[in-house]
Amino acid sequence: MAKGIRGSEGRYGWAFITPAIVIIGLFLVIPIFLALYVSFSNWNGLGSPIGNSSLVGGENYSRVLIEPGLAQRDFGTSIRNNFYYVLLVVPLQTALALFLAVQVNRRILRGRGFFRTAFYFPSVTSSVAITTIFIFLFTASGAVNSILGWFGVNGPNWFADPSGIIHNALAGIGITSPPAALDVPGLLGITWWEWLSGPSVAMCVLIILAIFTTSGTFMLIFLAALQNISGEIDEAAMVDGAGAVRKFFSVTLPMVKPALFTVLTLGLIGTWQVFDQIYLTGKGAPGKTLLTPAFLAYDTSFKGLNWGEGAAISFILFLIIVGLTLLQRFVLRDRDLGKAGVRRARKADIRFHELAKEGANK
Amino acid sequence: MTTLTEAAHIAAETPKPARPPRRRITLSARARASLLIGYILLIALALIYIYPFLISIAGSFKTDADATQNPLSLIPQTWSNAAYERLFTTVPLLQWTANSAFITVIVTCGRVFFDSLAGYALSRLRFRGRGIVFAGVIAVMAVPNVVLLIPRFLILKELGLYNSFGGMILPLIIDAGGIFIMKQFFESIPVSVEEAARIDGAGVFRTFWTVVLPMARPALITLFILSFQGSWNEFSHFVISRQSADLNTLTTGVASLTSGELGNGNQYPLQLAAAVLMSIPVAVIFFIFQKRIMNTTDGGEKG
Repeated sequence: MAKGIRGSEGRYGWAFITPAIVIIGLFLVIPIFLALYVSFSNWNGLGSPIGNSSLVGGENYSRVLIEPGLAQRDFGTSIRNNFYYVLLVVPLQTALALFLAVQVNRRILRGRGFFRTAFYFPSVTSSVAITTIFIFLFTASGAVNSILGWFGVNGPNWFADPSGIIHNALAGIGITSPPAALDVPGLLGITWWEWLSGPSVAMCVLIILAIFTTSGTFMLIFLAALQNISGEIDEAAMVDGAGAVRKFFSVTLPMVKPALFTVLTLGLIGTWQVFDQIYLTGKGAPGKTLLTPAFLAYDTSFKGLNWGEGAAISFILFLIIVGLTLLQRFVLRDRDLGKAGVRRARKADIRFHELAKEGANK
Repeated sequence: MTTLTEAAHIAAETPKPARPPRRRITLSARARASLLIGYILLIALALIYIYPFLISIAGSFKTDADATQNPLSLIPQTWSNAAYERLFTTVPLLQWTANSAFITVIVTCGRVFFDSLAGYALSRLRFRGRGIVFAGVIAVMAVPNVVLLIPRFLILKELGLYNSFGGMILPLIIDAGGIFIMKQFFESIPVSVEEAARIDGAGVFRTFWTVVLPMARPALITLFILSFQGSWNEFSHFVISRQSADLNTLTTGVASLTSGELGNGNQYPLQLAAAVLMSIPVAVIFFIFQKRIMNTTDGGEKG
């Protein structure tokens, strides 16, 4: 009898899991291997890659990474652009999300529900809708420049401005041309001076957009963590005479560490994947300063028909994301995080995995 | 594993005493000032978060010139339905909406059903190879979405599914994240109920369908919200899985408006109207399930 139940359990187990294995295998696992093959081949997009192409070794990878030329320069530019995007978005969205969470968690605050809704709402809209709205807000005579005008600031023509903000700042103190030491080809075929440009003014809009759409999602993750802090600890800290700032750094921050870890990781993964916004705002324009590796891979393959090169860029991006995530895990690893802490962090991770992916993609 | 999860649950729950009755605290002048500053700051921030949506709605009722000249005002100088009229006549918005709705319904139903089946198998049914399959699910979750664009296009071409509803739907119909959510949830319900049903002679599928699934309502709702939002808002997959205009969804269709593929010149009211309309379904879902989404103390796992 018992054996019968177990036996049928095994059959049913496989029956229940088979649809998932078939779909994920067919549309995720096999495609990855197919693309890996293409990244080492000279397939030109005609017919099936199998049988209509031959292996060319690491040629595609070396064109992107090593050989001087347009492919390498474009890739270098896209890495630079995305690097500044990540550098600004990840800390700012994390800080803002934590700030918002602490604020809307205050027991004394009225209208907490309203504020939570207001801050979270941008996260549910599609990247297409929100980007469309942002393009409208940031036109030369748009809403943002009108507001800047009240303060006597003459706003830039945001989406048409390819100048880097660090270059602009340097120009402000009189440095307009690169010192000779920096005017030499640097990493990935672009000069050190170009590496130091900072994000372009146009990229700054996308940075603001990302912070705007993801801070709400991450606020919820922090909020979940904050609600696990007992009121007693809070009150004890107050009775002990800790000020708000002191309380934040010595009570709140250590308690939300697992959530902080989750948010940083999700942020880091999400920000290296910007695609939709680039597609919508002019495919890398102005002056290629909005080009990102994700978009470049698409463009190289679908428009340039260099499928091998595009696939190679995809895999390099994959490695960058995996590498940085592991690095971050290593740097931020917490020896004091007990089993319960790990589990709680994982719980938050599960709950928001999809939500955050969604949000981070904006 | 199960006991540990439960222990963690309890650990997370215990430090939550009943909320003390609201006390009338006499705040010091300094505390009152800090509260006031807090309010001003939060209201200003809330305004920044909401205002873009308000001007988009207002902008969609403006004339082209009005939208360009008075981008900030919430009241159009002259009310104009021109943008909406164009959306429903020259622009095939209805077709885009129908495509989006069709895909969203199938993907959402598919995910809710297949993800729960798989999650149930991974948490409750003992079969050979379960550990490996679960490890596979975790590994798959780690693959970033944009990296899959080219691979997915290649396989759709190979299978002859490119530029068809099949190619747009099938890759999305099951997701590893959803399987994971369901597995975690099933692990939190006591086994005893199912065992009782089984002893009564119910088969595995019937036990799952009539006993376990109804108990999983909170997780199913979470999965429903995520799937609905995810498939309604999906963009990049539909960029690479189709090319004919007949298969445009709202996202790809509106994207073609935004990137100016339909005539030049600014058409901000038109674009804003489309952006507003396409946001309505997700906004409705959001407001219906607001409590569940915002009530962060119990995640999808409890409810």
